[in-house]
Amino acid sequence: MNVQTGPSKSEDRKAPWTDPRAQAYVRIDDVSKKFGDFTAVDDVTLSIYRGEIFCLLGGSGCGKTTLLRMLAGFETPTEGRIYIDGQDMAGVPPYKRPVNMMFQSYALFPHMTVEQNVAFGLKQEGTPRDEIATRVTEMIALVKLQGFEKRKPHQLSGGQRQRVALARSLIKRPKLLLLDEPLGALDKKLREHTQFELVNIQEKLGVTFVVVTHDQEEAMTLATRIGVMNQGRIVQVGTPHDIYEFPSTRFVAEFIGNVNMFEGRVVEDEPDHVLIDSPELGASIYVGHGISTAPDAIVWVAVRPEKMILSREPPNEKLNAAQGTIREIAYMGDMSVYLVQLNTGKTLRITQPNIYRHADRPLTWDERVWASWHESSAVVVTE
Amino acid sequence: MQPPALQWCAERAQRWGLRGRHLVIAVPWIWLVLFFLIPFVIVVKISLAPSVFVGQPPYGPLFEWTKDHYLLLKLNIQNYLDLGGKDALYLEAFLYSLKVAAVSTVFCLLIAYPMAYGIARATPSWRNTLLLLVVLPFWTSFLVRVYAWIGLLRNNGLINNVLMGLGIIDEPIVMMQTDFAMYVGIVYSYLPFMILPLYSNLEKHDVTLLEAATDLGATPVRAFLRITLPLSMPGVIAGSMLVFIPAVGEFVIPRLLGGTDSLMIGRVLWDEFFTARSWPRASAVAVLLLLVLVLPIMIFQRYQARESGGVAHR
Repeated sequence: MNVQTGPSKSEDRKAPWTDPRAQAYVRIDDVSKKFGDFTAVDDVTLSIYRGEIFCLLGGSGCGKTTLLRMLAGFETPTEGRIYIDGQDMAGVPPYKRPVNMMFQSYALFPHMTVEQNVAFGLKQEGTPRDEIATRVTEMIALVKLQGFEKRKPHQLSGGQRQRVALARSLIKRPKLLLLDEPLGALDKKLREHTQFELVNIQEKLGVTFVVVTHDQEEAMTLATRIGVMNQGRIVQVGTPHDIYEFPSTRFVAEFIGNVNMFEGRVVEDEPDHVLIDSPELGASIYVGHGISTAPDAIVWVAVRPEKMILSREPPNEKLNAAQGTIREIAYMGDMSVYLVQLNTGKTLRITQPNIYRHADRPLTWDERVWASWHESSAVVVTE
Repeated sequence: MQPPALQWCAERAQRWGLRGRHLVIAVPWIWLVLFFLIPFVIVVKISLAPSVFVGQPPYGPLFEWTKDHYLLLKLNIQNYLDLGGKDALYLEAFLYSLKVAAVSTVFCLLIAYPMAYGIARATPSWRNTLLLLVVLPFWTSFLVRVYAWIGLLRNNGLINNVLMGLGIIDEPIVMMQTDFAMYVGIVYSYLPFMILPLYSNLEKHDVTLLEAATDLGATPVRAFLRITLPLSMPGVIAGSMLVFIPAVGEFVIPRLLGGTDSLMIGRVLWDEFFTARSWPRASAVAVLLLLVLVLPIMIFQRYQARESGGVAHR
């Protein structure tokens, strides 16, 4: 997976969350939401800055949509407060919030044409008729729907509907746009294309996006920052790079991308390195940075599949390496995925780029191989 | 392997362009032909026959053999002409019936819409209970329910007794034999026919459409007017048809609850048939009534055909 070249990470982009003086545009303070006995959102505190694309990422039922709906005003927090642009949103109904939302199902009005759908928000404001006309034309051009103005939603393809929904939610020039699984209903090719388009539009209009998604790849490409949610709580907030390379918990490591996880016991805990004894690997793991944990603590070492090296010859170091047998090979074009069963019985997932068109002697099924990784590649998580 | 007889039938049918699926629609077809089309043709026939005051049946034949063996077809359109011209009675009765049906339909709509909306938005467990309550009156006889209204509305009925007992009024309010009582009866009797189609429409509405509308700045009232109401139009029209059409020809309720001056077309029909014994004229009234009612149905079907694409997709 190519996580480094997301379209949103242009060089001139600042990182307001690193600036202690920056004012949060959206502030969520200790917000909880309970439905009966069920806690959908559990004490979430979050700051989102102007111009960000903030992705709330998590599995279904993790509370991300509930949190988004509280921002839109469709749900009221059981506890805590939400501030948008410094204003307390408690008691402000959805139709008075400076926020627009793009719904997962798009929620296009079936009895209205594309034009009428897009114009709806402006009509509610009582904007003069000719201004509505020009702004609708502009917006329809922005989402490239010229020629479809008179169509009804059921006469459009999924991708076109998605763009109508986007145009409709942007027509009032909201400062904050909430997107609920914006690309969920599109096929893969269209998704990739639309992701870039979304980011372009976001940069052009300077809107702050809060995106809810369960698709980590979508979050990676879109987001300036990702908030990973699990069981109503935010478990980690960070840039896509941080989240992928330095997951703070096992959950995050396993949720974002693929990972090989080794359980082990800390045997040597020095400021510049840690040595972990892992029966699962059948060897000791050397990690090139210190961790703050008690000696003898049980920890987990996470290594990404693409950071592992596969070789026939044993590596020089006896640490961070184990021997196994190739059980499965999946050829993906740009890379191959190998499932390697270690002598201890544990199966590793290892990806290798396909650098050569013809390898002399390609690795094949049931071959004995060594799997290893560099001491800086592993991440230690404690919970 | 099919038995030879069946195969022969199948081949025969195929030669006529019939397929197995035609069998399925044959049942309603036969039903309609037997119980609607043939009786209707008979009524049309009677409406075109001359009246015969003494005799059984009280109308003359349409066909006659002349002396030189020609078949003579005599169509008597006088019955229709009488409806329009000579006597204003029929025209008045027609207009009055349409007015009563229209007013009743509007009141049914105003009462039924909030009820249907409430049921459609209730929790699923409540929904069935509420629907049951709507349908429950059907379990007792229609006539019994109309008579019950007499018990409520008459001068020494429940309502007047309670009001006088509380000292709000000194003399009973006359409600029986008035238009008011008739409207109460019609609206009450036909309300379920309005609620059910409205409910089945409203229940299918996607609530996120309303959320989208409020999110775009529409107040709840505007969201209702711009989204829910237009999308519920098929239900409104279906319910209005179901109330309006039978209400035009309503006979029992005006007779039992309405005043003697409330001359609805159903009553005129009754009088023509049983008092004046003028079957041909009564038939002419019936045919005209049918034409008046078929027209709105056709308009409705047109509307539905045009809208179905847009509404079916949510």
